[in-house]
Amino acid sequence: MAGRVAAGVSRLTGRGSGGVIGGRVILALSPDAAQQLATGRDVMVVSGTNGKTTTTSLLVAAIRVADPVDSNANGANTPAGVVTALADGFSAHVVLEVDEGWLPWTVAQVAPSTAVLLNLSRDQLSRHHEVGRLASAWREALTGVDTVVANVDDPAVTWSALAAGRPVWVAAGQRWTEDSLACPRCGRLFRRDDAIWACVCGLHRPDPDWWLEGDDLVSRDRRLRLALTLPGAHNRANAAMAVAAAASRGVDPAAAVAALHDIDDIGGRYVRRRLGTHEVRLLLAKNPAGWLEIVELVRDGGNPLVLAFNSDGVDGRDPSWLYDVSFRGLAGREIVVIGRRAADLRVRLELDGLAPTVIVGGVREALAAIPPGPVDLLANYTAFQEARRELAHVR
Amino acid sequence: MSGDSELTVVLVYPELLGTYGDRGNALALVRRAQLRGLPVRITKVPLGRRLPAFGDVYLLGGGEDAAELLALRALVADPSARRVLAEAPACLAVCAGLQILAREFAAADGHREHGLGLLDVICARLPGPRAVGEVLVEPLGIPSLPMLTGYENHQGDAQILVGAEPLGRVMHGVGNGVGIGVGRLDGAVQGHIVGTYLHGPVLVRNPALADRLIEWSVGPVAPVHDEAVEQLRAERLAAVGGKRFALRRMTRA
Repeated sequence: MAGRVAAGVSRLTGRGSGGVIGGRVILALSPDAAQQLATGRDVMVVSGTNGKTTTTSLLVAAIRVADPVDSNANGANTPAGVVTALADGFSAHVVLEVDEGWLPWTVAQVAPSTAVLLNLSRDQLSRHHEVGRLASAWREALTGVDTVVANVDDPAVTWSALAAGRPVWVAAGQRWTEDSLACPRCGRLFRRDDAIWACVCGLHRPDPDWWLEGDDLVSRDRRLRLALTLPGAHNRANAAMAVAAAASRGVDPAAAVAALHDIDDIGGRYVRRRLGTHEVRLLLAKNPAGWLEIVELVRDGGNPLVLAFNSDGVDGRDPSWLYDVSFRGLAGREIVVIGRRAADLRVRLELDGLAPTVIVGGVREALAAIPPGPVDLLANYTAFQEARRELAHVR
Repeated sequence: MSGDSELTVVLVYPELLGTYGDRGNALALVRRAQLRGLPVRITKVPLGRRLPAFGDVYLLGGGEDAAELLALRALVADPSARRVLAEAPACLAVCAGLQILAREFAAADGHREHGLGLLDVICARLPGPRAVGEVLVEPLGIPSLPMLTGYENHQGDAQILVGAEPLGRVMHGVGNGVGIGVGRLDGAVQGHIVGTYLHGPVLVRNPALADRLIEWSVGPVAPVHDEAVEQLRAERLAAVGGKRFALRRMTRA
């Protein structure tokens, strides 16, 4: 009760749209609040390094086909955000985005029926340290979970998911493989043949229940054209995970797919904003796997680019991973760099033979250096939020 | 340059030893060579392939625990790897790479592994929390280098024995982690092998160190200025209050 009051107060004062402030108050008053608020409700958790917010939004839309859902669609995915989402509604169904480091805590607290596990790759190494440790912690946490919907193209995810009761395997793809070369179970090197991976210890890629063929999501008895508005292969993967998860809870897959067609804005991602003579598309990429996807997404467009780069708390303090991503695909492109670690990104791009311009300032100042027309803005987390705020009042 | 006219940078097992952007060290060497008009190429040695003897600068990067052990086993299984690295014109080993070249190191579960013994160093586990953050090092083991800047993220320490010298004295950060009170040290230098806990990547942030590795291979090179890198250095040094150290070293050099 105190928590609802706090959430209301937080909303009224306009801090984080009722976001985490209420949750912090609730947790301070009652450390097992998440457990109490989740009792008697069907909770699904979504976690992974990349695609959490998008997959959560898509899964919420898919479940809503049949039932009302509560969710932390605002991306607040640590305990305070989880508790706020649980306290803010009364629906029997809850879909929670969960930070990968907080998955064990959340599973222990809310006893989810289903865990949707996307991928694990290096991200914020200054905070999470190594991928292998995260996978071990997941595996331990998932022992009591009934259903997991897991990406078989990520060995670390698969290995942790094997601890759960009933797996639904989805071949969602993983372009980034540099964190899954060695077997998480025995440490030996995987044998790989395209997407198929196997270890001599016996751990191998399970046969998927759902997989992607071009734009089609396929199972043994279904073939569904996704036709998403959201761009890129990574969003087809997110949609595949969401539809498989919804289907595991009894939602008709065709209806679930239909609910995803028109979604075009995930917390400001992919949104286009007109600013003076420019049309800016906002793209978020937080870590090497994410940048790999987004560089691939923008390389065909030919639009000038604004790259915005910080290393504040949630960005990870160490931007060394910029060297894990090749930017050569952007050769010949007009590139303007902004952000508090612009100097790091500039050096990185120059080492790939590009000639970026560093601008001190925000999106407006960056655009002033670019001719009129469409522009892609790629940003990591805090830089993205800053760009979004700067463009918020623009139509 | 081993008889031919090209500087060859050898990346050792980049798929295993590259957790912290270590590929950037190779790109930095390429850049520094190109600024002098030196022909340069990168040779990647994947796991399972033998180390070539024709390389000039050999690079071993950082890796997670399982990857580190895989890399060590592969180097031990390569009958000429130890000799190739011992006789290399220059070798840089970062973090897990440093531990692999040490006499011995402690694996994640605490058991001790014999390294290649090319650095007279013993690595154990840091007793306290993991060392994570910006590092500033005043060079000792290699003459007339400016301050070294980097980022560390490790649980290992390093105790330097008589055969090696420290790369430098830690002014900010943890580095080798031992010798608290008498001055913390980072890394180790033995002949033309340099070990360090500094990522960053370290050669991107410290072009003078990159130049030294090149000089060990090809002889003296002319000074060059890289505006973007100097700006990055100035930012990173300022971030740890290192400006005064930087100025001091520059006037001395």
